[in-house]
Amino acid sequence: MHELEPIIERYQAQRRFLIPILQDIQAEYHYLSPEALRYVAERLRVPLIDVYGVATFYNCFSLRPRGKHFIRVCMGTTCHLKGGWRLVETLQRDLKVQEGEVTRDGLFSYQTVRCVGACALAPLVLIGEKYYAKMSSRRLQQTIQRIQRAEAREKAPQAGVSTVPAHSSGG
Amino acid sequence: MKITTGDELKRLRDHLRARQDHKLRVRVCGGTGCRARGSEEVLAGCRAALAEAGADRDIEVIFTGCHGLCERGPLVIAPPQGIFYQRVEPDDARAVITRTVLGGELIERLLPTDPLTGRRITHESELPFYAKQRRITLRLNGLIDPMNIDDYIAWGGYQSLAAVIAARDPLGVIETIERAGLRGRGGAGFPTGKKWRLCRAAPGEIKYVICNGDEGDPGAFMDRSLLEGNPHSVLEGMIIGAYAIGATHGIVYVREEYPLAVKTITTAIAQAREYGFLGSNIFQSGFSFDVEVVRGAGAFVAGEETALIAAVEGRKSEPRQRPPYPVECGLWGKPTVINNVETWATVPVIIEKGAEWYAQIGTETSKGTKIFSLVGKIANTGLVEVPMGMTLREIIYDIGGGMSDGRELKAVQTGGPSGGCIPRELIDLPVDYESLTRAGSMMGSGGMIVMDDRTCMVDVARYFMDFLRDESCGKCLSCREGTQRMYEILNAICEGTATEEDIETLEELAQVVADTSLCGLGQTAPNPVLSTLRYFRSEYEAHVRERRCPAGVCKALIRYHIRPEKCTGCLACIPSCPAGAIAGELKQPHVIDQGKCIKCGICSEVCTFDAIEVV
Repeated sequence: MHELEPIIERYQAQRRFLIPILQDIQAEYHYLSPEALRYVAERLRVPLIDVYGVATFYNCFSLRPRGKHFIRVCMGTTCHLKGGWRLVETLQRDLKVQEGEVTRDGLFSYQTVRCVGACALAPLVLIGEKYYAKMSSRRLQQTIQRIQRAEAREKAPQAGVSTVPAHSSGG
Repeated sequence: MKITTGDELKRLRDHLRARQDHKLRVRVCGGTGCRARGSEEVLAGCRAALAEAGADRDIEVIFTGCHGLCERGPLVIAPPQGIFYQRVEPDDARAVITRTVLGGELIERLLPTDPLTGRRITHESELPFYAKQRRITLRLNGLIDPMNIDDYIAWGGYQSLAAVIAARDPLGVIETIERAGLRGRGGAGFPTGKKWRLCRAAPGEIKYVICNGDEGDPGAFMDRSLLEGNPHSVLEGMIIGAYAIGATHGIVYVREEYPLAVKTITTAIAQAREYGFLGSNIFQSGFSFDVEVVRGAGAFVAGEETALIAAVEGRKSEPRQRPPYPVECGLWGKPTVINNVETWATVPVIIEKGAEWYAQIGTETSKGTKIFSLVGKIANTGLVEVPMGMTLREIIYDIGGGMSDGRELKAVQTGGPSGGCIPRELIDLPVDYESLTRAGSMMGSGGMIVMDDRTCMVDVARYFMDFLRDESCGKCLSCREGTQRMYEILNAICEGTATEEDIETLEELAQVVADTSLCGLGQTAPNPVLSTLRYFRSEYEAHVRERRCPAGVCKALIRYHIRPEKCTGCLACIPSCPAGAIAGELKQPHVIDQGKCIKCGICSEVCTFDAIEVV
C-alpha cells in the first residue's frame, strides 16, 4: 500500500477533500513533495495542474522541506508596529538563509505568517508550536543559540558524523 | 443521552446548576495569550495543590476561554468571591490555592491596581477595563469551560434553540432578527435578517449555512476568542439560523492558524450531536441539521464569501462576480447563508432577550454591541465589547487605559487592510458602521490598532499594501498589478527615492483599483493609502521633499546615535552589535560608526540607559 493511503482513506477520494488531504500530508511530512502531489492528483482524479494550483495558492503549504526547528515570525499589524520585521532581519543575518530556505545543518528554516491573533504578545515568534511573546532581536539570537547548543550536545556522542542533510520527510 | 423536549433541557439545566452551586470553581484563562505565558502550568499547579490538600472533591479548577484582558495574563479568578489575580506565574499556583481558595486570604502582589486611585482592585467588575464594557456576546467567555457542553447548558445554553423549535415559526425567527436590527459583524454590515429572508425565499430543497471563521485581518482576534471560549454559542446560532432558513447542512470554516479554535469547535459539535441538538429530528420536530468543520489553508481573500465557498469546495479561493449572490447560488450551487462567527454567536442572545431589548442598544442604524480587539501602543491590550456608538476616546482611554509607555496618540487603524487610519483629531468619533466609513475607514471585523507618535503612517500604508499585494488572488489585473505598483511607490517613498509626482500617481492609482476590482479585497485595498494621504499628507511630503521620516521609522532616512550625556560607557552594546559598528572604552561615551551601522536596532534593545536615539 502506498504510504499516503492512510491519509486519503480518512476522507473520500473526491476533489472536495483535496485541501484537507494536502493539509494532513503537510502536517505529517512538513512539506508537499512532487511525488505526493502526483499521487494525490491520480487518486482524486484531479488534474495535476489544479493540485499544484491549490498547493501554491494557500500559505500553509510548502513545496520545500522545512528545517527541524521551524520558526514562524508573526507579521500582523501590531507585530509590525512593535518591530517584528527586525526579527526577520535577525534571522536572515544569523541563519544566513532567506525565507523558505533551510540552513545547511538542516536545523532551521523560517517563514513569516499573517497575524496569528495573539496581538497582546507582539512581537511574536513561534518556534515549533511554542509561542515566544514580546520577542526582541537579542532574545531571538539567544534562543537560537540555545537550540544550536542543545543540538550539538545531542550529536556529540557520534562525533565524526559530518553535516546532516536537510531535514526531510521523516516518514 | 438525547434531549428531546424543552422541558427535559430545563430539568437538565436546573440539575447542572444545582451541582455547580455546590462546587467552588477556580477559573484559569486558557486563551491563546494566557497559554503562551504559561497558564497551562498554572492550571496544573492549581490542580496539584488542591489534590495535595485533599480538597479536589469540592473545588474544581477549569480552563476557560479568553477573559479579554490579555495584557495582564495569565489571569486566575479565585473563589469564594471571585478574586481577580493577574500575571499569575506557575510558582504562584500553590499560594492561590492554599492561601486564597482554602485560606480566604488575599495575595496583594497578584491584584491589579486602580490607575486613578492607586488602590488594589479585588474583583473583575471593579477594573475600569470591564466596568465600561457591555458584554453580551462575550458574556460567558471566561466563565464557562468551552470543552464542556454541560457548562453552557447550566448557563442557559440551547434554551433559545428549544424555544425557537417549540414555536414552530421559522419566519418569526427571521422577523425577530430583522427587528433587532442585527447587521453582519464580519465588516460590511449587511442586515442579517434580510440575508436569511432572501435565502429562505430562494428556490431549492437543499440549503446551507456557513460560519465564516477566516478572520484574516491582522490585528483582530474576536472570532478566535469566541470559538475558543464559547463554541456552543456559535453552534446554537447556526442551528437557529438553519431552522429559520430551512438549511440541512452547515460548515464552520476556521483558519488553520487557530488550532485551538479548530479543537474547541470540533469538540462542541460532537457534544451537541450527543445531546441531539445536531443530527436528525432535533427536539423531535422533524428538523434535521448537521455541521462539519473545514480548516482554512491560509488565504486572506478566503474571507470574501464567494472565495470562501470556493475554498470549501476544494478549489483556490478566488472570488467570483456577484450576482448571483450566495443566498441564491452558493455552496455547490445551492442557496447559502454565510455569516461571521460573532454574528452567529449573537443570535441566541437576541432570541433569549428579544428583538426590542437588543434594538435599544447602540445607535439608530447600528444596533447592539460590537467586539473590538484593542491592540497596538495601548496600555490594556485585549478584547472589549461595547455598545455601538461609543466614542473612540472612551474605548481608548476609559477602557484601554490610554497609551502605553506614556507616548502620544497619533492614529487609530480600524478595519484591517480594508480599513483606514483615523487621526487623533477625530477621537470623539462615535464608532458605528456609517461614521467609520465617512471618516475613510470601516468597521471591518473589529480590529482597532492604536498608533503612537513613533509610528510612520507611510510605513503603515506600505505594510498594508505589502500584505494586500501578497494576498491578492491575482484574478483581476487592476488588483494584482495595482497593489503591486502602489507598494513599489510607497516603498520608494520610505526609501527616500520618490518624487512629489509619485504621490499624485499613487493617489490616482488608488482610485482606479477601488473602482475596477471585482471583490472587496481590491475595492478596499486603496483605503490605507487614501486615508493616510487624507490625514497625514505632510508626512508623505516630508519623506519626498526633505528625505526625512518624522516618526523615525523608515530605515533609509534615519540613523542611530548615542547620546553622550546618557551613555555610561557600560560596554553592553559593543559585543551585541552584529556589524561591529560601536566603539568605546569603559566609562567613556561610546560612538556608532555610521558607515558600518546596519540600523538593526539591537543596540537600543540592549541599552538600559536610554542612550540610543534615532535621528
